[in-house]
Amino acid sequence: MGMGFHVFNRTTGGHFTCHEGQSVLKAMEQRGLKCVPVGCRGGGCGFCKIQVLEGHFECGKMSKRHAPPEAVEKGEVLACRIYPLTDLIIECPPQPAVDFAS
Amino acid sequence: MKKGVIRPGHVQIRVLDMDAAVKHYADLMGLIETDRDDQGRVYLKAWSEVDKFSVVLREADEPGCDFMGFKVLDEEVLVQLEKDLVDYGVEVEQVRAEELKDCGRRVRFTVPSGHAFELYADKLYTGKWGLSSVNPEAWPRGLRGMKAVRFDHCLFYGPELAATYDVFVNVLGFDLVEQVLDPEGTRVAQFLTVSMKEHDVAFIHHEEKGKFHHASFHLETWDDVLRAADLITMTDTSIDIGPTRHGLTHGKTIYFFDPSGNRNEVFCGGDYFYPDHKPVTWKTEELGKAIFYHDRVLNERFMTVLT
Repeated sequence: MGMGFHVFNRTTGGHFTCHEGQSVLKAMEQRGLKCVPVGCRGGGCGFCKIQVLEGHFECGKMSKRHAPPEAVEKGEVLACRIYPLTDLIIECPPQPAVDFAS
Repeated sequence: MKKGVIRPGHVQIRVLDMDAAVKHYADLMGLIETDRDDQGRVYLKAWSEVDKFSVVLREADEPGCDFMGFKVLDEEVLVQLEKDLVDYGVEVEQVRAEELKDCGRRVRFTVPSGHAFELYADKLYTGKWGLSSVNPEAWPRGLRGMKAVRFDHCLFYGPELAATYDVFVNVLGFDLVEQVLDPEGTRVAQFLTVSMKEHDVAFIHHEEKGKFHHASFHLETWDDVLRAADLITMTDTSIDIGPTRHGLTHGKTIYFFDPSGNRNEVFCGGDYFYPDHKPVTWKTEELGKAIFYHDRVLNERFMTVLT
């Protein structure tokens, strides 16, 4: 799979390619896709949470607060810390509006 | 009024992966590893600092800041400030000498914003790294990466800024240098100092307690900030924003993230403070310009991404 893996975003109906060893978030960012908010890119802030519906992936270290093991089991992961091993089908949950004033 | 707190002394930062963190703080930022302990914590310092360490990294399953420590003049001041905190109704915890290697006893307390701070009087004096204290050269050779000059300050996000202000200003003798006021006149950001620097610690209002926005390190020149930006790209490090200038403090800055998502800043310049200076006020209507002087708009990530 030198061409990388196909990631289908069921929320937007769009899809993109993720190279081997590349995080899903990085693949999104490189293509200018704004499926999820981009936070720290280090598994720490929890901004880029996605739901993986189908497919296998490797996980880097993520904050337990934002990606507890039981959530990771169900495919609720941070896009910055998952590296596809197969094609993926994902969902990007709608983001709450940010209120700067509060 | 000064009460014997001298300066920021250390910050303990939680990281998800120690090896990646050490690579970031040492190889990229240019801090020098000075020790490790049996808990697996790694101690680092910036070259111009005189004590043994200023940054302690602790591996954990959630990033963030464990505590920030301030050095006080001597044991007598420590005893007095401890008494003042207790008299003010702040609960203090004793941390024994050597709990951090080569550091004396620490008095730990949590302020109403939910952040833990420490006071201590003694830490092993190792002198500036790579320089003699007699006829010193301008800078040491062999520095890496951004060549951070010193650990400078932290910015924390949390609630109850007024009560937090009271502890820092009324009990510990900090001064308010800059503030952001909302239309009702409520302070939503406070930049506090014990020195001539425009901030030694800062707080921005946020509903959730105890959040960490960034640890900041000083560089000498704007060119150094630009060079830091180059290194961030060369190492494919996660960038937040910059190089740019702040309205608040007028510092020239760049923000980026460590491999665990903790935000770092390196900056140069900025305003100075003498105790006869009155606080500088920014209004929330101009918050964009207050934070990023050139863009003049708020950046969602900067305001909301925290550990």
